Amino acid sequence: MNTAAAPTLDDHDHGHHAGPSPGLMRWLVTTNHKDIGTLYLLFSLTMFFIGGAFALVIRAELFQPGLQIVNPHFFNQMTTLHALVMVFGAVMPAFVGLANWLLPMMIGAPDMALPRMNNWSFWIMPFAFTLLLSTLFTSGGGPAGGWTLYPPLVLQTGDAFPFVILAVHMLGVSSIMGAINVIATILNLRAPGMTLMKMPLFVWTWLITAFLLIAVMPVLAGAVTMLLTDKYFGTSFFNAGGGGDPVLFQHVFWFFGHPEVYIMILPAFGVISQIIPTFARKPLFGYASMVYATSSIAFLSFIVWAHHMFTVGMPLAGQLFFMYATMLIAVPTGVKVFNWVSTMWRGAMTFETPMLFAIAFVILFTIGGFSGLMLAIAPADFQYQDTYFVVAHFHYVLVPGSVFSLMAAAYYWLPKWTGHMYNEQMGKIHFWLSVVGVNILFFPQHFLGLAGMPRRIPDYALQFTEFNMISTVGAFLFGFSQLLFLYNVIQTIRGGVKATDQVWEGAHGLEWTLPSPPPYHTFTTAPVVK
Amino acid sequence: MEIREAVSAGAANRRLVKRLLLITVAMFGFGFAMVPIYDVLCQITGLNGKTGGRQVAAVLPMAVDEARTVTVEFVANLNVGAPWEFAPQVSHMQVHPGQYYQTHYLARNLTGHALVGQAIPSVAPGLAAQHFQKIECFCFNRQVFQPEERREMPVVFRIDPNLPSDVHTITLSYTFFRLDDAGG
Amino acid sequence: MTTSRIAQAGGIAAGGALLAWSAVAHADFALNMTPGATSVSREIYSLHMLIFWICVVIGVAVFGVMFWSIYHHRKSRGVAPAHFHESTLIEIVWTVVPMLILIAMAVPATKVLIRMADARDAELTIKVTGYQWRWHYQYLNEDVGFFSTLSTSPAQIHNDASKGEHYLLEVDQRMVVPVGKKIRVLTTASDVIHSWWVPALAIKKDAIPGFINESWTLIDKPGVYRGQCAELCGKDHGFMPIVVEAMPEAEFRQWVAKMKASNLNTLTASGGKTL
Repeated sequence: MNTAAAPTLDDHDHGHHAGPSPGLMRWLVTTNHKDIGTLYLLFSLTMFFIGGAFALVIRAELFQPGLQIVNPHFFNQMTTLHALVMVFGAVMPAFVGLANWLLPMMIGAPDMALPRMNNWSFWIMPFAFTLLLSTLFTSGGGPAGGWTLYPPLVLQTGDAFPFVILAVHMLGVSSIMGAINVIATILNLRAPGMTLMKMPLFVWTWLITAFLLIAVMPVLAGAVTMLLTDKYFGTSFFNAGGGGDPVLFQHVFWFFGHPEVYIMILPAFGVISQIIPTFARKPLFGYASMVYATSSIAFLSFIVWAHHMFTVGMPLAGQLFFMYATMLIAVPTGVKVFNWVSTMWRGAMTFETPMLFAIAFVILFTIGGFSGLMLAIAPADFQYQDTYFVVAHFHYVLVPGSVFSLMAAAYYWLPKWTGHMYNEQMGKIHFWLSVVGVNILFFPQHFLGLAGMPRRIPDYALQFTEFNMISTVGAFLFGFSQLLFLYNVIQTIRGGVKATDQVWEGAHGLEWTLPSPPPYHTFTTAPVVK
Repeated sequence: MEIREAVSAGAANRRLVKRLLLITVAMFGFGFAMVPIYDVLCQITGLNGKTGGRQVAAVLPMAVDEARTVTVEFVANLNVGAPWEFAPQVSHMQVHPGQYYQTHYLARNLTGHALVGQAIPSVAPGLAAQHFQKIECFCFNRQVFQPEERREMPVVFRIDPNLPSDVHTITLSYTFFRLDDAGG
Repeated sequence: MTTSRIAQAGGIAAGGALLAWSAVAHADFALNMTPGATSVSREIYSLHMLIFWICVVIGVAVFGVMFWSIYHHRKSRGVAPAHFHESTLIEIVWTVVPMLILIAMAVPATKVLIRMADARDAELTIKVTGYQWRWHYQYLNEDVGFFSTLSTSPAQIHNDASKGEHYLLEVDQRMVVPVGKKIRVLTTASDVIHSWWVPALAIKKDAIPGFINESWTLIDKPGVYRGQCAELCGKDHGFMPIVVEAMPEAEFRQWVAKMKASNLNTLTASGGKTL
């Protein structure tokens, strides 16, 4: 593919330099999708360690019954900020980073469709998180009412409250801009011949995710705006005393919150659907059904929200509806898992680090899916709701689910991005430590929840001691194992064995036709997809 | 050739971005629209036992069902920071559907200054809420209490004979909220 | 590490986890939900175990196929990859079969849910009010009401004294109820949302300021059943336990008489009785 001679789309449309600006300004003013992708990924990694540190404070306090390290109020700030940082700072930006790096390269586009907006959507985030985390140092401390921000409790937040709301607004704006960019890129910049049903699955899952984002982030913005006016401007949206209803907030929040859960997992499905075929050396089984399953999950995500609220006292008919709708999600999710297993079936598999993470994803995410199905059963949910069983459930789908898919993606595409192979031995050690650590960390939490330990408590009754200790040991093992990943990534960026263009023997797709690392501008002339 | 494509791609982008922004704005509005939607749903389903703070619009006469007796329980709650005493006059009544009944709640301002408060009704089971008609109720309005004032606040109500036959007990609960500044 | 060792280790780990999980599911210590003390809690327990075992069977089947494939379909064994990538028939099968399994789960779940919603004809109504951070119990037809506060000493919490058997699960005043009688529990709150949860009774109901929520229980054997607040309600959310003591009717009557005479008896937070 000869791209050098043609005038570039970038040059004419956006007046870019041929290469990056020198020095720090490169990163501040960049509109290049690869630079912005890198910024997102590094930001997300930073947030992953900050959120992880909060988690270790939580686990350290819970190592033994009694209060040892932090007071209950600070503990609540840790649980709240751990969630906000991990959801909005680590997982979501990491997937946006992958989207930035990969979508143009996968569909044969020269860049994202709206490069300047791309720059803004990234640079809003560091400010939002500076604002959010600085509340820890205000009088009264940071937000301590849980990431779900339920009123009336959240209205008891001190000086931090308006900052938290503003930070959430900024993150919402950032996500919405990112999502608009993704949709515009995928719909308008595909190379000739790249029909929708030829797009790699990662592109498909991101397209659907982006629509979810623009559908629900504004709803969250509305909900927190109402909180703000309730606290400062005398409205009574959620105040029963003024004719409002605190439960209404929960409905609005989870109308955002449940699709949000899929925003964090659908791109992970996309990543896994890229990686398993590569290392099985066999095309993805059931491509079309994967697309339909992803769409069905996205649709269902809008009609199941109240399964987070079975205990608020809904009428029986409502409980039944939300129980049935939630159970239905198991069907398309099952289809995905079956398709992945069928892709492996009669392949010729090798087990490099990305594949190991992908296989662990399939197993451990499915375990999270099983506990999700159990939680969907409304009568049993009365016993599970707000216990460590729920904590175990959503951490299984988010950590060995979303986060493992991000690890898999990082190892899988790092050679393409940097031009160097990562240290495979160290990658495998990182995998095994992570997979062992994560299970020691979260599996006992199922038992704790079933035995009756509520979530979000800084201290617990004596019968919960052993499993909390085990869980804490797992947390530190898992947490510190991630330093290996950090080291491996840094070393790979700095140098290492030169990666080939295709990198992986079984890799297919446009991004693997580019050099490793790809030049600053790629596909300035669109490739033709047969 | 490439330039022309670029221009048309730019126009397509603008069109698309406009549409997506429209969706965004619409969804922001939808968040707020959920407030009235939710209220309507509550009225229909009795979600949360909301009876609505409003008076029944048309008080039509109803056939009194002497054969049927329903127990109505009265409950009083005070929200935090509401310095009143607040209690029902009777803890429960036996009533016939269709018949009017009157009872009252007692409230006393425990402070030496004037207070403004309002009582918020809630009915359990939630499905009975729409069949519980309040003809007169102190909960319709905000209540001003003079310092130390003690007051009887009447409720006139009627159970709709269409109340599902398997409901034998209805609980009417009022929670008193303080409305002026330091409501907590 | 060779791939076969990885596969073996993975297989052993997964098998071990499943074995451990199934072994502990029936153990008598704090690993699993307890069947509880009411017919509803037992029904929920059976439902929980039913869904659990269905999940285990599906898991063993799916992961079994996967591990078999991981073992046999490795490049290092010199296999050539197949090229198939779709089969309409099999896609239909694995959409329809899970649907049928879900319906099989939904039927018993619906039955239990309908039973749980039926709070009719209770013989005793107790209003439970959540406060930051204690509970108030009011017996609606008995003129009995009192606060129930954590009785574990701060010294135990701050590790200055050894922790007692019921550390954090003990209160000054228990909610006392008769056995064999249907009891209706109304939950509400005075400040923020709380959630009243007693696992053995399978009641978890949010206590929401301004609204009352209804649930019910019928305890069949005397005993002390402990629970906790289940909805984050601020700083001391972890320190507002619930203790329910079920006793025979006659003893319950004596307790009611004693409470009426007691100065602990406060019908509402502000002492509404004195009106």
